[in-house]
Amino acid sequence: MPTSAAEVVFDHATKRYPGRPEPALDELSITVPAGEICVLVGPSGSGKTTALKLVNRLIYLDEGEIRIDGTKIYDLDVTELRRSIGYVIQQVGLFPHMTVAANIGTVPRLVGWPKARIRERTAELLELVGLDPAGDGSRYPAQLSGGQRQRVGLARALAANPPLMLMDEPFGAIDPIVRARLQDEFLRLQHELRKTVLFVTHDIDEAIKLGDRIAIFRQGGTLAQYATPETILRHPADEFVAEFVGADRALKALALRTVGELELGPPRDGPRVSSDATLRDALARVIDEHAESLAVTDASGTVIGSVTKDDLLR
Amino acid sequence: MSILAAGPVIPNFGSGSKCEQTGGWWCTDWLRAHWGDTLQPALVQHIELSLIAVGIGFAIALALALLGFRFAVLDAPFGAFADFLYTIPSLALFQLLVPITGLTVTTVEVALVGYTLLILYRNTVAGLRSVPAEALEAARGMGLTRTQTFLRVELPLAVPAIVAGLRLAAVSTISIATVAALVIPEGLGRPIFVALEQDLFKTEILAAGGLAIALALVADALLVVAQRALTPWSRA
Repeated sequence: MPTSAAEVVFDHATKRYPGRPEPALDELSITVPAGEICVLVGPSGSGKTTALKLVNRLIYLDEGEIRIDGTKIYDLDVTELRRSIGYVIQQVGLFPHMTVAANIGTVPRLVGWPKARIRERTAELLELVGLDPAGDGSRYPAQLSGGQRQRVGLARALAANPPLMLMDEPFGAIDPIVRARLQDEFLRLQHELRKTVLFVTHDIDEAIKLGDRIAIFRQGGTLAQYATPETILRHPADEFVAEFVGADRALKALALRTVGELELGPPRDGPRVSSDATLRDALARVIDEHAESLAVTDASGTVIGSVTKDDLLR
Repeated sequence: MSILAAGPVIPNFGSGSKCEQTGGWWCTDWLRAHWGDTLQPALVQHIELSLIAVGIGFAIALALALLGFRFAVLDAPFGAFADFLYTIPSLALFQLLVPITGLTVTTVEVALVGYTLLILYRNTVAGLRSVPAEALEAARGMGLTRTQTFLRVELPLAVPAIVAGLRLAAVSTISIATVAALVIPEGLGRPIFVALEQDLFKTEILAAGGLAIALALVADALLVVAQRALTPWSRA
């Protein structure tokens, strides 16, 4: 099984449902580079979930092609294809009659891993997603909180080390505080694992936070823009995208970069800000303190330079 | 029928203690004397009749339920058929079958099996359908085949409903099986009928009836224990 990430190409992928004039997905053509998180975002009915489910063939592709590492998905056996793709859904869909460990081991069992290896892998994954391999593995889904269930869902999808992950609003049903933590942990995980991830959400802030690239869809299943979060925020392709990302897109763009990424001025006195703070947080500090400039500190608290208000807003 | 016509208690001067001769409510000496030749054999026969009926009924209901679950068009006719069987009064059904299968165990079992089908069929189908939609989507998305989804997800999740059906079927079968004594001289219905015919001997009726109730309770308890063992997750 390939363990590295896979490139995914949508080539004029189109899905129509009988009796509906508009296609659910209209000639989508994008390339998701291996190892990147591509967030599909848009209002409901814009085809983002359709696009996702076309990839593991839960929905049949009418026209066009989808290729994973150059192989057309309809040239593969559907069962093999699905087993080589991690799939995470909002309602998680854990099997209530199986323990957490048995849930995680589902695909490895199907593909015939030896028991010892499954046990080892399960423990490794529980730890990876922040659960306790000793205690949590033998619990049942009904005994877990919503956040814990989604962690198990993620571990289950990662079990056979698939090169591609499909995630359908995985954090959508989780309260905001836990969601933010899961997002952070997911980014930390992705930093290690470097999977190719297709991630569906209707939350533009989640898209900006998680995406290496964002595909914004509009009603009628058409792609409005496909670009990095920075480009989408600074140069929205049209009115629809500008409105969808919100009037505060300038502020959102500030949140994408950290103070440390700027060219710093010479060290000077003033309110302090850490170099790994975002520009948005630094600006908040400037406003709070009525300051014209900030002293920038490194992790140990030593002042290493300064930024002015103009630097932040440039 | 004569067996149901309860005349006044006529003292049985033939044998036994005073209690027995006066048709007492609880003659321990009679119970001691006739446990071995009357009650115990009847209890064993009753267990046999009920076990066979529930066993065969479960096998048929499971087969029908698998078909009804897989092919939804079959569900309505199967359900209606089981409904129809269930509505036939048991006394009538036993009598109706006698001309066909005679005064045999077969007659008894056919009737008893017929009564188990409705509960077992409906519960099994409902159990198979109770699987959460998201668990099915996850199963599909992870690459479980249809058969794997059925065996690993749908069937295990249907177990609580199936066992609930088995409990009802067992209890009702044990109760209805007393009527089998109309057809064959077996089961706990036999001593009851004999006692009704012979001066309405209360001790025998109470003992046999009590055994039938106890048997139903024990069967129910055993199935509860079995379900707990089979579905550790349902207590989670």
